[in-house]
Amino acid sequence: MRPIGRFRDPAPSRWSYRLHRLMLTPGFRLFLRAGLPALCVFGLVSGYLADPDRRQMLVDYGTDLRVQIEQRPEFMVKLMAIEGASDEVAEDLREIIPIDFPISSFDLELEQIRVRAEEIDAVANAAVRIKPGGVLTVTVIEREPSVVWRGRDGLELLDAEGHRVASLDRRATRSDLPLLAGDGADAAVPEALELFEVSELIAPRIRGLLRVGARRWDVILDRDQRILLPEDDAVSALQRVIGLDQVQDLLARDLTVVDMRNPDRPTLRMTTDAAESFRETSMSIWEPASR
Amino acid sequence: MTDLYQSQRTMRAMRRAALQRGVVAVLDIGTSKIACLILRFDGPDRLLLTEGVGSLAGQSSFRVIGAATTRARGMRIGEIDTMPETERAIRTAVQAAQKMAMVRVDHAIVCMSGGQPRSYGLAGEAEIEADHVTEADVARVLAACDVPDYGDGREVLHAQPVNFALDHRTGMGDPRGQIGNRLACDMHMLTVDTALIQNLLYCIKRCDLELAGLASSAYVSGISSLVEDEQELGAACIDMGGGATGLSIFIKKHMIFADTVRLGGDHVTLDISKGLQIPLSVAERIKTFHGGVVATGMDDRDMIELGGDTGDWDHDRRTVSRAELIGIIRPRMEELLEDVRERLDAAGFDHLPSQQIVLTGGASQMPGLDVLAPKILGQQVRIGRPMRVHGLPQAATGAAFSSAVGLCLFAANPQDEWWDFEIPADRYPTRSLKRAVKWFKDNW
Repeated sequence: MRPIGRFRDPAPSRWSYRLHRLMLTPGFRLFLRAGLPALCVFGLVSGYLADPDRRQMLVDYGTDLRVQIEQRPEFMVKLMAIEGASDEVAEDLREIIPIDFPISSFDLELEQIRVRAEEIDAVANAAVRIKPGGVLTVTVIEREPSVVWRGRDGLELLDAEGHRVASLDRRATRSDLPLLAGDGADAAVPEALELFEVSELIAPRIRGLLRVGARRWDVILDRDQRILLPEDDAVSALQRVIGLDQVQDLLARDLTVVDMRNPDRPTLRMTTDAAESFRETSMSIWEPASR
Repeated sequence: MTDLYQSQRTMRAMRRAALQRGVVAVLDIGTSKIACLILRFDGPDRLLLTEGVGSLAGQSSFRVIGAATTRARGMRIGEIDTMPETERAIRTAVQAAQKMAMVRVDHAIVCMSGGQPRSYGLAGEAEIEADHVTEADVARVLAACDVPDYGDGREVLHAQPVNFALDHRTGMGDPRGQIGNRLACDMHMLTVDTALIQNLLYCIKRCDLELAGLASSAYVSGISSLVEDEQELGAACIDMGGGATGLSIFIKKHMIFADTVRLGGDHVTLDISKGLQIPLSVAERIKTFHGGVVATGMDDRDMIELGGDTGDWDHDRRTVSRAELIGIIRPRMEELLEDVRERLDAAGFDHLPSQQIVLTGGASQMPGLDVLAPKILGQQVRIGRPMRVHGLPQAATGAAFSSAVGLCLFAANPQDEWWDFEIPADRYPTRSLKRAVKWFKDNW
């Protein structure tokens, strides 16, 4: 009946006692709870990554995953739609934005496409977005040609701000637009348009506006007449001329030049015939008296 | 004496460090059991070490968070007999208490009952330097006490000033700040065997603990078992432990005498074991369940089975009547109480104004002791239990834990001892820097 074997000692051994005390030490518990797992994870990960092949494999895997996601049909862009552009501009746009569809929307640089679209002269403003369904939409606002400019490089269409829209082969194709000529005329298109506006009354007679010395305007009329306008306040000068014309039929007279360059001293230049007949008339009037 | 100062001061510093940390273990190393309580000091008056009694007698400042008891091993009459065994028992208790408290303790305050404590009354007097008593004066008068030759191999365990007299006024608790010329003091000094303390230190050190205090178990069980008026008016606390019975006499809230009778509950068990020829563990069990000191007619018919596992039917089926058992126990208890009476008489306990005797400790739970004890010790005897402290488990509230609980109170509210005061400068070694500083202070 006596228990066989050694009597079990209930006392902890010295080492188990120390271990127990160690486990009750707050710093050691913290180390076990936080420090040791962190250390283990760090060790395992760095041990795994010590091999360059494995690192490369991980990088490849990441790239592959990225490509897989990018190539999903939801993100693919299949065609490009151009809105608000005439056929020629649309042609130009397709030429200038070379994209071979289908392409992932991650690879499209919309801002760059927009900048390139706006590089076309005829495009005033472009908005680029990807519509659901994989359609790249380029919405274009075109420039409206408002004048024809005969410059050194030939005929060009300019919009109201003087920006080039397109070149023109023949003046006759856009005979509805007024004509400008001379160097630097494109820089002063708004003023030219203003001048055209106030000169509506003599519009049938106007052939065009000539920029002289890139600083002032000449109004070229038919019958080789021209109105020389000042640098400043050309509009009111022209209005004065038109007013004179209304009242006294100035331009119907035998003049070649109405010189308004100095507004305080408007000058007329008559034709040779007119000048001679004027001289004769005035002499016939004044001769008896002077003699 | 400087040696003593040094070691006790080191212990004091250690205890301060423990209180600062907030956790300290209290270790009652007895002959029959080792109790370990873990105290946590917290609350607003955590470091309230000022004089006077705080609210709840300083109890509010600590809480017992771990308690464990284990059978003592390798102990005899309150002394360490087999050191590795004792060390294992201490480890068991400390580990279990730590497990319960879920904290690690590094400091232990220990009490023991053995070591043959011897009490000395010391007296000293000194002129005071300033017009009123300062702390330095108290230190000087304490230093002026003539220390008796307590012999080689003895160590001072307690040295408590118990009374101060200024000129012709005596009975002062605290003379500081009072005006007078001549200060005298009475001091109670308790010495124990050096070997005991050295063994204890070694054991504690082997358990990776730091000793933060040392107390006599007779003293600490007096703190916990005597109520306030008993401590004030004079009473003796008799801590009937397993291997030794400690007795301490208190008056005016100071211990004035302590002694040990080297008899205890284990001797009763041994008597039963020898008398009935049964193993010690069975004897202990029978003593605990059926023991008593006053026999009645009923006890003749109350048969106790002794049991046994020898295989011999006749031997294993023996019975004994309770009256026989009491017949074994009673003479030993009488002998014990008579020894206590003798020691009390030798200490002059008769001359105290109040002669209350409080029995506590594990052996005081013997039924019928409240009838037997007055016959030997006098009429004013009661069985005492330790006061309640915060968080103490129900299992540790019995009389057997009075010294463990007293040690808690001792840790929380220590009595000022000799070494708590500055050493007077003239007692320093000649080439001490402090002495030079003192000389400068006095002369400039």
